[in-house]
Amino acid sequence: MEQSVTTYEAARLASLGELRKIEFIFDRVFNAANNPWRHLGALSFFFFWIITASGIYLYVFFDTGVSGAYQSVEALSNGQRYAGGVMRSLHRHASDAFMLTVVLHLAKEFLRGRYGGFRWFSWITGVPLLWLLFASGIGGYWLPWDRLAQFVAIATVEWLDALPLFAEPLARNFLVVENVSDRLFTLLIFLHIGIPLALLLGMFIHIQRVNHADVHTGRVLGWGTLAALLVLALAKPALSQGPADLATVPHLLAFDWFYLFPYWLLYSRSAAELWVLAGAVTGLLMLLPLLARGARAPVARVDLENCNGCARCFADCPYAAVVMRPRSGAGPGRMRAEVIPALCASCGICAGACPSSTPFRSNERLVTGIDMPQLPVNELRAALERGLSRLRSERRIVAFGCDCAARIRALEAPDVAVFSLLCIGMLPPSFIEYALRSGAEGVMVAGCREGDCAYRLGNVWTARRLEGRREPHLRPNVASERVRLVWSGAGEGAELARKLDDFRLALEGMPRNAPHLTSRTKALHNKIPIERGS
Amino acid sequence: MTAILRYLAQAALYVPFMVIIGYFSTSPAYVHLPSDQALVRLSLSHAGQRIGECRQRTPGELAKLSPNMRAPLECPRERAPVTVELEIDGKLVYREVLQPSGLRRDLASTAYWRHPIAVGSHRFRARLRDRASGDFTYAREQTIELAPAQVLVIDFSASQGGFLFRF
Ligand code: HEM
Ligand code: SF4
Ligand code: SF4
Repeated sequence: MEQSVTTYEAARLASLGELRKIEFIFDRVFNAANNPWRHLGALSFFFFWIITASGIYLYVFFDTGVSGAYQSVEALSNGQRYAGGVMRSLHRHASDAFMLTVVLHLAKEFLRGRYGGFRWFSWITGVPLLWLLFASGIGGYWLPWDRLAQFVAIATVEWLDALPLFAEPLARNFLVVENVSDRLFTLLIFLHIGIPLALLLGMFIHIQRVNHADVHTGRVLGWGTLAALLVLALAKPALSQGPADLATVPHLLAFDWFYLFPYWLLYSRSAAELWVLAGAVTGLLMLLPLLARGARAPVARVDLENCNGCARCFADCPYAAVVMRPRSGAGPGRMRAEVIPALCASCGICAGACPSSTPFRSNERLVTGIDMPQLPVNELRAALERGLSRLRSERRIVAFGCDCAARIRALEAPDVAVFSLLCIGMLPPSFIEYALRSGAEGVMVAGCREGDCAYRLGNVWTARRLEGRREPHLRPNVASERVRLVWSGAGEGAELARKLDDFRLALEGMPRNAPHLTSRTKALHNKIPIERGS
Repeated sequence: MTAILRYLAQAALYVPFMVIIGYFSTSPAYVHLPSDQALVRLSLSHAGQRIGECRQRTPGELAKLSPNMRAPLECPRERAPVTVELEIDGKLVYREVLQPSGLRRDLASTAYWRHPIAVGSHRFRARLRDRASGDFTYAREQTIELAPAQVLVIDFSASQGGFLFRF
């Protein structure tokens, strides 16, 4: 058992390594911000909208009758090739791409182990989307009533008939052509609109527990993807395969493997086996969060005395774990923050957002509005002070990193004090200023690449705070050349070390940092033994 | 990387995406039925005979029933299972005893069976018994020449005289 768990872990990490290599290639070409591999959920939403827009166009021309259905779809492809034909192809190809990105999204979350703990909701609500997506696609394939539609219709009812649900086999409705009625097509179009709407509702529920969900691809990726689909629509239009004819079997079919793969199993194995397999896969996916149950890290805690109700933690929490409530008792402000423990990811990003987290406060013990019991900001300030006073070098560097990104601790050196946070988003920008005022020559801030933050938004918020585009911002009087923001994810330790060397070199070319001391940093500064160089 | 080079490189990376979508949306082709085969689809929905005889209710029994339920005859609703057999070229390929559906076993027995078969001429013999015992009540026998991919539907309708071979 132990053996197989380690083998499985090794395989998972190896696959993750391979995926990373692909992602890095795309990072270089697209930038991490537009890298499709980092926006698989957003791409899935994007395809949904393309399918909806093209579907509305097709619906206008579609005839819901046994003979009209085929003719009307043919007229779209042949009669108006560059409008209806393109729309039909977009509808088909975007559906295939949708399935592809959803499966890749699932695989990626799986490889990163993101199914347990506070993520159980996202994972569990993702699973039914697979069924709804499949049902939407299958419903679509019935409508043109061509040879493939005939196959899909009969395969679907033969598969359903294997369940003891219906008094009379559904397949009897497709024995001879007289059994197939116009009413059936009205029902089908109703289903083909209703099931995708249920899918959309499911997608909406799926992202309920992630704040600022990544549902927009952004312009570069969106236009690029649309252009690719358009080229594909012209190069390889979606076509019908001849009218349905129940008197013969469609024996050779151009097959859409993205949706019809299960039907290949249906006939190469059996209906019962396919149900067992589909049920087992669904069940396993649903159980996965249970298997991943481990010890939970302590969650964020609010200190009412130090919370002024500014709602920054509420805005920055990646998992919607903070809510703002009216304050009942005395205290600063009319609102107060409250953490919902079940939703909290223990990332500490809220502590980085809180204005009370500033180390310049002269209190002996720094208590902030919202804090992490496992690494309170008071401890971080004390560690920073200890770290700085330990450095035996003229050019002291402070490096803040993150437990989930490249291992920052490996960079510990006589001239570098290193601090690994729960997430880089946990760093209040005032700590950077504090370090520079307390005798550091430069501060390096390291997080995961964009789109790769273990807590989704830590690196994004950090970059915006340091650029002054998000509160709490780094004050503009901080010399920007003395602050270096670098992105190196897990496993990119060598890369990170190189970036530190670059920074060291740059600092050597700068005049010495004249610390602007406050009463607190002065006390600290005086304690630091500065070695005078020759 | 200059902007133009970057966009060219992006375009290049869309190519595998387009190829994967374009290819697997239609290929490889799927052979649903080899070209030297035809398909038999046997299906029926037929209610077997009632199992018991109707019985005259005694005046005492009638008095116990509510006035609107006082039918003089009591007929058991349960139906007999339907036995179906299909022989192809003298070989028994299908035999099922189809139980009546419904909680009280009072509804039709149904069947659906698909069976690929080599093309060419075959002798089909279908038989059905819809009572608890005794001989087959319906039978039909016919030689049929099946072309590649042709479907032979074997259906049943008591009102149309029994088995229907449609091809
Ligand atoms: C129609 C299908 C789906 C769509 C459109 C979709 C979309 C999304 C989006 C937009 C996010 C937020 C990403 C972010 O902002 O960081 C997300 C997160 C997530 N999805 Fe999906 N998803 C789908 C299916 C699935 C499936 C099938 C699974 C797995 C069974 C899954 C598992 C997850 C998980 C675990 C997260 C949370 C990631 C995190 O907490 O960092 N999703 N999804
Ligand atoms: S620790 Fe992270 S998830 Fe928890 S409340 Fe703070 S920001 Fe939200
Ligand atoms: S960021 Fe701090 S002060 Fe603002 S609401 Fe949250 S806990 Fe309170």
